[in-house]
Amino acid sequence: MTPLTTAKPTRTPSRDIPGRILVWLGLLAGAAFAGLPVLWMLSSSFKSNQEIFELPPRLLTESFSFDAYLAILGDPSRLRFFTNSYVVAICVTILTLIVAIHAAYAFSRFAFRMKHPLKLLIISVQAVPPITVLIPYFGIIVALKMYDTYPGLIFTYMLFTLPYAIIMMTSYMNSLPRELDEAVRVDGGSSMTALWRVLVPVSVPGIVSVGVYTFMIAWNEYLFALTLTSSESMRTVPIGLQLLMGQHSYEWNEIMAMSILGSIPVLALFLFFQRYFMSGLTSGAVKN
Amino acid sequence: MGRALEPLAFLSPTLILLAVLMVLPIVLVIGYAFMDNVVTNPDPEFVGAANLIQIATDPTFHIALRNTVVFTVVSVLAHMILGLTFAMLLNSKRVSVTSRAVLRAIYVMPWLFTVAVIAVLWRMLLAPSGVINYLLSTNVEWLADPRLALGTVTVINIWAGYPFFMVSLLAGLQGIPGELYEAARVDGASPVQQFLHVTLPQLRQIIVSLLLLDMIWTSAQQFALIWMTTGGGPLSSTEMLSTYTYKLAFDDYEFGLASASAVLVLLVSMVLAFFYVRHEKARES
Repeated sequence: MTPLTTAKPTRTPSRDIPGRILVWLGLLAGAAFAGLPVLWMLSSSFKSNQEIFELPPRLLTESFSFDAYLAILGDPSRLRFFTNSYVVAICVTILTLIVAIHAAYAFSRFAFRMKHPLKLLIISVQAVPPITVLIPYFGIIVALKMYDTYPGLIFTYMLFTLPYAIIMMTSYMNSLPRELDEAVRVDGGSSMTALWRVLVPVSVPGIVSVGVYTFMIAWNEYLFALTLTSSESMRTVPIGLQLLMGQHSYEWNEIMAMSILGSIPVLALFLFFQRYFMSGLTSGAVKN
Repeated sequence: MGRALEPLAFLSPTLILLAVLMVLPIVLVIGYAFMDNVVTNPDPEFVGAANLIQIATDPTFHIALRNTVVFTVVSVLAHMILGLTFAMLLNSKRVSVTSRAVLRAIYVMPWLFTVAVIAVLWRMLLAPSGVINYLLSTNVEWLADPRLALGTVTVINIWAGYPFFMVSLLAGLQGIPGELYEAARVDGASPVQQFLHVTLPQLRQIIVSLLLLDMIWTSAQQFALIWMTTGGGPLSSTEMLSTYTYKLAFDDYEFGLASASAVLVLLVSMVLAFFYVRHEKARES
């Protein structure tokens, strides 16, 4: 017999079962919506072309093979797309980080007259639609002799990566105590020393999240890669994918294999740095 | 170096890059918008507002504008609803920590693929003999039917974009103090009332920021998805302001008209950006 005094309405596991079922149904429906297309891409990359459109469709393939991957990896002209994307994205990431760290330092540790207008300028750059600058930009890149070259793409991508990087980096540095780097300056050290010897080492989590995001933007860019390059040997992965689609429109297994290979760097970065990345992103993008 | 100049020295690489790569092109494109035969002709003619008038009265521009508005509004609302739903489900204490981590990884996935991959993946899924038609027992040309194409590309964009809302709202949900729900429960609030009177008001600021940001992004930056799925067709049914402008420039070599269109797109974005900046300022103070 239970004493009446404990009859306070508490949540017992048995009472919670309908709620639990409802939550799980919602969660599974959402997982199917998000995950099934990705699973289908993965499964198709291991199939033969005939099997991809076979009815009824099967998620697990009988003719499992790596042929599509070998076809991509064994073709130097397609590997070139990957080399280009890696070179461009890595250079963009390094250059963006160097430039953004200096800019963020200025915004975070100095008071100066142009501070607020400049901050506002950088925030509004994010809102300029790429198509707006594309037409004159094309002319500028040609005039600078950077059309169809790595530097052309690298400098262009910094236009998109810098504003985010500066905003995220500034908000990260603002969260670090000023005493850290001020001590160096009081002792007669230069601002450069304070920044690189003291502030940068403790900013690693922020730098990592900015770096990952920068790499993602550069790896994924499409419009400018399409317009500012022309030779097949300068094309990046997103454009390579489109070329593969146009030239071999029935080789779906190869298109999917290239999609997977083209997503691996971003997936890997995300998996390894998820913790840094999520917090960095939300603090930079939502709180400014 | 003088103390006053020091911050500007730290900012100089940024300022030089932005001046050459952003400010100069914007000034140029505004100039181009008022000229005829620009770029193709060494001696372009000043034509005043003629280009802007021609664009603003072009029926295809109207279609592109309407499509962009529909695509943007539906995408942004769906991003918010899906993002909030998934964030709340993932925040539920009814699910173990491990299951939540696994599910969150699955939910974030669409966001990790480049738009080019998303475009080819959905072209395969939506093919007439593809898996979606099989599952729905239909035989529809999702991307080639003018009545369906806009809806189809919008759904693809919804799939690709909700995780940003979800991740940000999840962070927001975790920041709501548990005592607020405790107090609401003591007052006898039902789960629906708790959602309406605790969750929503607490998330309001983040939601407004995200809606504005997503509007800016979606209205101006959807080029790759459209270009790789429908190319703006069939019969302009998925033409967006970006594809319309791109075609004027790089298919028709009408750089003056294309610049006029680009300037109109810029104006729309600046209006949205103005509201975003104003909202962020209000939040800070």
